[in-house]
Amino acid sequence: MYDLLTAMGYQRWIIQALLVIPVIAAALVLALPASAKQVALWGALAEFVVSIGLWWVFDPTLATMQFEFVAPWIPAFGIDYRVGIDGISLFMVLLTTFTMPLAVLGSWKHIKTRVPGFYALLLVLTTGMIGVFVALDLFLFYVFWELMLIPMYFIIGVWGGGRRIYAAIKFFIYTFVGSLLMLVAILTIYHLVGRETDIYSFNYYHLLANIEVARPWAGWLFAAFALAFAIKVPMFPFHTWLPDAHVEAPTAGSVILAGILLKMGTYGFLRFAVPFFPETALDPRISAVVITLAVVSVIYGALVAMVQPDFKKLIAYSSVSHLGFVMLGIWAATIQSVQGAIIVMISHGVSTGALFLLAGMMYERRHTREIAAFGGIARVMPAFAAILTLVALSSIGLPGTNGFIGEFLVLVGSFETHPWATGIATTGVIFAAAYLLWAIQRLLYNREPSEENATLRDLSGREFAILTPLVVMILWMGLYPKPFLERIEQSARWFVVQVHEVDAPRFRLAAREDVEEQR
Amino acid sequence: MLLGPALGVSAILFSLGVAGVLLRRNVIIIFMCIELMLNAANLAFVAFAQQLGPEGQVIVFFVMAVAAAEAAVGLAIILAIFRHRQTVDLGDINLLRG
Amino acid sequence: MPEIVGWVWLVVLLPFFGFLANGLLSFVAPRAKTAVSVVGVGVLVASFGLAAGIFGGLLGHSDGAPFILTFWHWIPVGDLQVDVAFQVDQLSAVMLLVVTGVGMLIHIFSVGYMREDDGYARYFAYLNLFVFFMLVLVLGANFPILFVGWEGVGLCSYLLIGFWYTEKVNADAGKKAFIMNRIGDFGFLIAMFLIFKTTGTLVFTEVFGLAPETFAVDGPTITAITLFLFLGCTGKSAQIPLYTWLPDAMAGPTPVSALIHAATMVTAGVYLIARTNVLFAMAPLSSAVVAIVGAVTALWAASIALKQWDIKKVLAYSTISQLGYMFLGVGVGAVASGIFHLVTHAFFKALLFLGSGSVIHAMHRAYSATDRHEDAQDMRNMGGLRRWMPWTAGVMWIATLAIAGIPGFSGFFSKDEILAMTFARGHDEVLYYVLWGVGTLASLMTAFYMTRMMLYTFHGPNRTGERERDHLHEAPWVMTAPLLVLAAGSVLGGLLNLPHVLPFHGWLTEWFAPVTGLGEFYRAEMHLEAGTEWSLLGLATLIAAVGIFVAVRFLRPAKLQPAAEAPEETGFGKVLFRKYYIDELYDLVIVRPLVWLSDRVLWRGVDVGAIDGAGVDGSARLARGIGAIGSWLQTGQVGTYIFIFVIGVVVLLRAVSGP
Repeated sequence: MYDLLTAMGYQRWIIQALLVIPVIAAALVLALPASAKQVALWGALAEFVVSIGLWWVFDPTLATMQFEFVAPWIPAFGIDYRVGIDGISLFMVLLTTFTMPLAVLGSWKHIKTRVPGFYALLLVLTTGMIGVFVALDLFLFYVFWELMLIPMYFIIGVWGGGRRIYAAIKFFIYTFVGSLLMLVAILTIYHLVGRETDIYSFNYYHLLANIEVARPWAGWLFAAFALAFAIKVPMFPFHTWLPDAHVEAPTAGSVILAGILLKMGTYGFLRFAVPFFPETALDPRISAVVITLAVVSVIYGALVAMVQPDFKKLIAYSSVSHLGFVMLGIWAATIQSVQGAIIVMISHGVSTGALFLLAGMMYERRHTREIAAFGGIARVMPAFAAILTLVALSSIGLPGTNGFIGEFLVLVGSFETHPWATGIATTGVIFAAAYLLWAIQRLLYNREPSEENATLRDLSGREFAILTPLVVMILWMGLYPKPFLERIEQSARWFVVQVHEVDAPRFRLAAREDVEEQR
Repeated sequence: MLLGPALGVSAILFSLGVAGVLLRRNVIIIFMCIELMLNAANLAFVAFAQQLGPEGQVIVFFVMAVAAAEAAVGLAIILAIFRHRQTVDLGDINLLRG
Repeated sequence: MPEIVGWVWLVVLLPFFGFLANGLLSFVAPRAKTAVSVVGVGVLVASFGLAAGIFGGLLGHSDGAPFILTFWHWIPVGDLQVDVAFQVDQLSAVMLLVVTGVGMLIHIFSVGYMREDDGYARYFAYLNLFVFFMLVLVLGANFPILFVGWEGVGLCSYLLIGFWYTEKVNADAGKKAFIMNRIGDFGFLIAMFLIFKTTGTLVFTEVFGLAPETFAVDGPTITAITLFLFLGCTGKSAQIPLYTWLPDAMAGPTPVSALIHAATMVTAGVYLIARTNVLFAMAPLSSAVVAIVGAVTALWAASIALKQWDIKKVLAYSTISQLGYMFLGVGVGAVASGIFHLVTHAFFKALLFLGSGSVIHAMHRAYSATDRHEDAQDMRNMGGLRRWMPWTAGVMWIATLAIAGIPGFSGFFSKDEILAMTFARGHDEVLYYVLWGVGTLASLMTAFYMTRMMLYTFHGPNRTGERERDHLHEAPWVMTAPLLVLAAGSVLGGLLNLPHVLPFHGWLTEWFAPVTGLGEFYRAEMHLEAGTEWSLLGLATLIAAVGIFVAVRFLRPAKLQPAAEAPEETGFGKVLFRKYYIDELYDLVIVRPLVWLSDRVLWRGVDVGAIDGAGVDGSARLARGIGAIGSWLQTGQVGTYIFIFVIGVVVLLRAVSGP
């Protein structure tokens, strides 16, 4: 496989292809409005198929960026088109391409108005998301970061539920406030580094290697980055846009929000905020604040999820809880906890995406998301019940499913450095069982199905097609996570060394030289 | 060479335009007054171009193009408002009030 | 390594194939009950055969060292190397036999018991899956793999308790079981983290090898680790304070109660302590806690069992009580005795549950034949059943004598051994005399409540109802045959580990020596004079006899009224009947406040009120307020704007051009 792909020059064009295919597909969708769905599906599938090659050609022994590609974009300001993939972004990209066909299929029956526009936006969104994960030029990163905001705004605002305008505006402004601060921080670093080195460039490595000059302002710069990413994660207390956005968004919107968009926050911490300012991030006071907020997110999200009457809102709050684990793992900064954090990011995308798809299937049948409207539907929808149970168990973190691997690694790794916080966060496993099992009980069990529910039909072929890949992923990552772990390992290790050796700038230079050499 | 008188005429035209915009109530008249101000500026440009080179004349073409575009859009807006409200009196139009 | 040990993966995988096949059948052909039975029972029979072979292979090779079979690297991250690996040694081989053996009998019994049920295939799928996870639990060679089984059996327990899921009580019971188990799992996880932090590994053999040099005996670390592990055990094995899920778990089908909630899963905690006995031996404080909790639970649950009317509830509390004995055993350091009681208990308690299942089956059929809706599990509706069900009555009496501790039956030896060991420890520490007293009192109660259950169920006049009586029948052979096998085990099981004063004594203790030997160094010497041992044996016999005698002498089955007409309990009897109101207490102190906190304070207060209301929407309102001030300046009159604009331009020009 490797040889075949290499013969095709896969390494050279893959990232560009991933960015361009969705745009072409979006154009085709608009050009052929009658068969918009089909075109979108084929486009998303093509994107996925093309991306799979990364699995083989990615070299797990390297901590550095691979498949790098640089082209000058606005040379006057030192802005390049510079992209690359490492162990952290690899699975974010694959998660994106994996999720998109499912999101398209999940919208198949759900979206009835302005169909071509919807699918075109979904595809453009794909480009934006992949761009965020591959960009190695901070300006390019910012452009993609904002690019994905706009389609999402319309997806929620146009095709959403009852309070969609409120939710869309809240989502947009919340995220935008953070990203503007981030822009200020990026520009500040750009100028500081440029003034010092006489090379004005947004190049990630250039800025990272010379970040020392920004040290006097590190506190403010870190705060700006951290706020932008914390909102995106979302971390308590910046999370309130999430339940509204999730509940009002159409199924595909929720899936993408939970599956991918939230990961951009934690990805930002892993790629930018923490490696740029490790001494600030791991300063005992700041670290205490972040870890406290992470633990609070875990517990708070779980407790609030427990009492939600709306199934989608419940899943939304459960995301707050899960992403709290990721934050804990990043800040604990041990090899286990960081790898665990990345695994939680992937498996949360799979499991929560699946939960939202299942919630969407319920909604399509009954046009309500109220948990109380259901009950006993395991009787009429046994296959649905079985899959919902499995997915919920993976979200609870049952060993043998993907959820366990990530949570276990995060906790076992964090315990090394922060035993008390980890101990408290571990109680999250109890509350996770409480809220999900209670919800499942009220949805599937408890009584003979009521009259409206007695005639519900079980999963259709299309729905099986959506859920099967997710179930496979849940079990695969749970039973044999090694291929995932070994691809992440070197990059995670790099991150850990980077943040721990804050007084050894030589290491950074060495890392950079490695990269240069490799290119 | 004629610069002083040309600028004088330009200033008078401009002041007439400003006064018209300030004092008249009919939107069409105000619109014409705006054109008057633009042309006053054009006159000044042309006059300066005599001494400073052809750039001023180039700008005049730009201004004329912009004025034409503005006239098209502006008249369309006025027409739309008239259809809607049956009036072109500024005193009755306060759409900009929040 | 004996060649057959290499096949241990098949023992585990067979039930899993059963799960897959039956799971598939439950969707595509739920009516194909014959196929389901063949697959469901067949995999267990094969599994048991292979397990017996492995046990035999181990018999010839008992030089001590465990056999470790590694299949694949599961979670390799940094120093954390977790493999999917099984450990075959003396302890896991015994557990392997118990799980597959008792499991096989219960599967066979289920063929008869569940025959009429619509969810037949689903039932066998779950049951097979349970056996799979239970085998993973007992075979796991490191903590995480054990934890896979540990959680997996919890999942199956959840699914099987809520098997008849359209009833809310069943679904509630399943959920309660899972969540209470999760509280225990929290302890298990923390213990794992501590172990990894201190020793840098999670593999059993490595941890136990490193323990002596890593931990200070009776130090805070080892005490914390073992106490957290024990918290896990209290959840899984239904000990104080996490025992309340087990009685509710009786909502599941009765064979499930026999397999999961009596013979195998609930003993996982005992197994865990036996597995980690080195750690517990190094933490005398934790061991004492285990022993105390075990003894108190034994007494506490036995006292509740005195006043229960539901036949399965009696057995459930009896199980909790017997598990208490096992913990007392492993707590005082008599690991082999604890496991010994685990094995004999698996026989007689599975027998009791299956027997009660056979009774309930008959009662249920009688009531459904006449379309009456009475409680088929309430002993007040039974009485005199031995006339219709002689076999069931006979084997259940055997089990009753075994659990009560009549000499010659298995329970006598295993329970006595635990109490004797406790008594022996009393020589050094008076605490253990107290625990011995508590245990003895509990065994008096055990004899009493078991006899009470038998009397009310099988003796005296029948209270089922005139018309129903004709429909009472003995269960089919497929159900009674497993009972007979278990009865044989209940009688003969004691031979495994006879007391010191008898010939052929202590076979199991010696068998477990390689497993328990590591910790032997840290444990107090437990030795009894022959005279003391004989008197303890005598006393135990006396206690059992008194318990049975009192029950027979003072209970009056003839005066009992059917459940519907029975008077309400009063006084302390009511407190016992309502199980000391512990469920109500937990509900009032933990569940309700937590839900209230989440709903009123966190969600509606903090989330919707403070963050969203004051913060997010508040900032929007602020922006709108400032905008309103600006809007007040905007008249909408273009003329006014231009006027101000021109004045502004003039002022600016004046300012720029200077004086």
